[in-house]
Amino acid sequence: MSDILTTPKSRRNAELLLLILALAVGVGANALAGLDQDKGFSRDFYVQSLTLAILVLAVHVVLRFRAKYADPVMLPIVAVLNGLGLAMIQRLDVAMDPPTTAAARQLMWTGIAAAVAIAVILLLKDHRVLRRFTYISLIISAALLILPLLPGVGMELNGARIWVNLGFATFQPGEIAKITLAIFFAGYLSTNRDLILLAGKKIGPLQLPRWRDMGPMLAAWLVSIGVLIFQRDLGSAILFFGMFMAMIYVATSRVSWVLIGLVMIAVGGFMAFKLFPHVTARIDGWLNAFDPDVYNRAGGSHQIVQGLFGLASGGLTGTGLGQGRPDLVTFANSDMIITALGEELGLIGVSAIVLLYLLLVSRGIRTALGTRDAFGKLLATGLSFTLALQCFVVIGGVTRLIPLTGLTTPFMAAGGSSLLANWLIVALLLLISHAARRPAPPAGLAGTHPPAGRPGRRRDSEQARLAAGAGEGEQR
Amino acid sequence: MNQAIRSTWMVAVAMFALLFGALTVVQFFQADNLNANDWNSRTLYKDFDINRGAILVGGDPIAESVPSSDGFAFQRKYTDAELYAPLTGFYSLVYGATQLESAMNDQLSGSGNELLYDRIVRLFSGAQVEGASVELTIDPKLQQLAWDLLPDGVKGSIVVMEPKTGNILAMVSKPSFDPNKLAGHSSEKVVSNMANLEEVPGLSPFLNPATESLVAPGSVFKLVDTAAALESGKYNADSVLDNPAELKLPGTNVSLPNYVNGGCSARTKADFSFALEQSCNTPFAQIAWDLGEDAIAKQAEKFGFGQSFNIPVNVTASQFPTGMSKDLLAQAAIGQYDVRVTPLQVAMMTSAIANDGKLMKPNLIRTVRAPDLRVLQSPKPEQLQQSLSADHARQISQWMVNAVDRGIARNAAIPGVQVAGKTGTAELLAGSAGNNSWFTGFAPADNPQAVVSIVIQDVDLPTGSQLTSPNAKQLLEAVLNK
Repeated sequence: MSDILTTPKSRRNAELLLLILALAVGVGANALAGLDQDKGFSRDFYVQSLTLAILVLAVHVVLRFRAKYADPVMLPIVAVLNGLGLAMIQRLDVAMDPPTTAAARQLMWTGIAAAVAIAVILLLKDHRVLRRFTYISLIISAALLILPLLPGVGMELNGARIWVNLGFATFQPGEIAKITLAIFFAGYLSTNRDLILLAGKKIGPLQLPRWRDMGPMLAAWLVSIGVLIFQRDLGSAILFFGMFMAMIYVATSRVSWVLIGLVMIAVGGFMAFKLFPHVTARIDGWLNAFDPDVYNRAGGSHQIVQGLFGLASGGLTGTGLGQGRPDLVTFANSDMIITALGEELGLIGVSAIVLLYLLLVSRGIRTALGTRDAFGKLLATGLSFTLALQCFVVIGGVTRLIPLTGLTTPFMAAGGSSLLANWLIVALLLLISHAARRPAPPAGLAGTHPPAGRPGRRRDSEQARLAAGAGEGEQR
Repeated sequence: MNQAIRSTWMVAVAMFALLFGALTVVQFFQADNLNANDWNSRTLYKDFDINRGAILVGGDPIAESVPSSDGFAFQRKYTDAELYAPLTGFYSLVYGATQLESAMNDQLSGSGNELLYDRIVRLFSGAQVEGASVELTIDPKLQQLAWDLLPDGVKGSIVVMEPKTGNILAMVSKPSFDPNKLAGHSSEKVVSNMANLEEVPGLSPFLNPATESLVAPGSVFKLVDTAAALESGKYNADSVLDNPAELKLPGTNVSLPNYVNGGCSARTKADFSFALEQSCNTPFAQIAWDLGEDAIAKQAEKFGFGQSFNIPVNVTASQFPTGMSKDLLAQAAIGQYDVRVTPLQVAMMTSAIANDGKLMKPNLIRTVRAPDLRVLQSPKPEQLQQSLSADHARQISQWMVNAVDRGIARNAAIPGVQVAGKTGTAELLAGSAGNNSWFTGFAPADNPQAVVSIVIQDVDLPTGSQLTSPNAKQLLEAVLNK
């Protein structure tokens, strides 16, 4: 197993400094939006700012005690994104007639999400524990995905059947399922990669897997298709399958898996386009967005075109927070929050936000590179790639790069399940990064690690590959 | 494994690179196109959040923006709405802007070039954009009087204009409408109000009838024939014209009669004065035959026919048909057949006669002022063209004075004042009982202060003549007594 080592330094003070900057941005945005809407510093503003500050500082303190080597950049990025999202949701609340209260709900969910993240860091301590729950995770994933389909529990909203009613709020179990699925894939693949690695036929330079090893991939494909058919959720289907493809590729290092996956996507996508009207409509609304018939049709391209108008009116520098009309776009505070931010912060502002996501994903990938166990590597890659894919699907959708699907922008969009799931992802990544960056365990495993005091050294990759086959599954 | 992780990262970076590209395309390269898209209500909403300048008459606003709390910062409000509706037009979320609201939009919304400096100052001070205000040349008392003289239920227009400057002092039309009904911010209400307005007979809420409706002029067109005759050099004040009781129209089996109830039958030979006083038809038909279609058309153009222009609201071009056979030319010469004029056109040709042949450009704008009351525009009188020589203009004025003194326009006479006038009656389609009744004239003849042109559409003869010359008298008196 290859390692990339950094000097084991805590970096918590750097995190604190970045957190203060992050809070300044989030709270500042909220203040500016309030001032521009002639609302000034209302009670809402103080409650939101204080709650946000207390929550992220609490996570920071917990990290100091329980995971002090964790990556210092992730939490500040999450704080900025969550703060900016909250400011925009609050700003849109005020603009609505009558005013809505989405920001209060979002603040409550931020609290729940941060609390769950703290609980995970405190209780889990080490991500490798999760490997024990590989198959339990599979069962939980299946349960979470079936839940919305059950009569009485599940409910349909805006054409997608992905919600359950909790009484006090609605919840999208699929958001949590992407984490449990990642845990299952990571556990399964890290255990069985030796088997999967046994090669089948060779076509040119392409090393094809054996037919019998196609099982897991076929299963993942069927799950995605199932989500597409029964829940009518194109975005989640893409997300699940993309995550699995990334993870099986990382587990095997074989491009053939990716090619097979792409073929399966093409087949599934074509079938979906031909068979399911809701998919056909999405594609049509994407290709012919400016066709008057498509624009005026219910569920047509009205939403995406209005979003484009919002982005365009922001231009390079934006209208300024509180000065645009992002409220004209349907679902401005959830699915379309990127267009709201693009309108008021401009290309410059929204690019900064996208850059933050890229940075977060990169830190996650860096964690995967640095961690010592295959399970951790797979999990960190899977979770990070999921974040990247989600950004791509959602921002690509609103900019008409790809068809618009109903995914949420991580940390920013109004929606409790998404917020909770993404905070959980970050909690897991923080734990894995703690494992990756802390000083190497002294006993037992010393042989597989270079001596301390030679930081930043990369082991020879050939040796790594040899080591990988043998020691991988036995680290715990 | 790490190599694969790195490749995965590369894929993620590539996806983000695509996102940056897509955002740049939408927010930078396509932004102008998207902002100009017809479906983009943002541009409209932006306009409706501006404190739009007022339109003023005699210092009082007839259209102004008042603070609103329905999601828009301001609501357009019209005072004396029906009286001024054809001038102001409306400013509607659903139907856009019309008339002055549209023609003066750059100034009213503060986006005109003159207001560039104000916009830059505001950019830094953060103050709200405010539009310029537009003061009209309209005299509110005259406008109200003209309105009151037009009874409800008739279709007609009155234009009062200063011949020396082209300034319009009054311009009213009936039926009218309340633009407040179209300026609301609830689309549903506005659409249903518009549907109701379109049911009103004779009303088109998008048009100003005085500048945009084309009407048969009838005998007031004889002023064009007279001018053409004098300008041709073939005729002069002493010319003797044939005045048969009726004229056989070649190629047809109908003849063109003189006005039955008039005094034309008294003479079979007439001079211009008599022909205009009694509004005889046959002499002018023969003049047209003599001079030819082109000569009449050319004189009509010199009076402003065939041109559309902006005062600053749009004025439709009046029409004189071409390529006519002799029988049709005879009818066109007396303002029938396909001759069509706007009420403003008739006021224009009258004012050219009143102003020694000089045709001034009609104008509605007195001043445009920035929010700090700085004057941005105050249009100077502008001569459009010389319509006829000063001598001929004075000659025609004299004949028009005779028409009021002892002719069929005598109801316009004001004791002690020389009033010049010409009436007209255009028969509408054969079989319809209605006529268009006209009066156009000015006073005093030796130093004209105002031109008054009145048209009452689709009425019977007695009502028509009652609503034209006597009303002109009252309006001219009001101008002179000021």
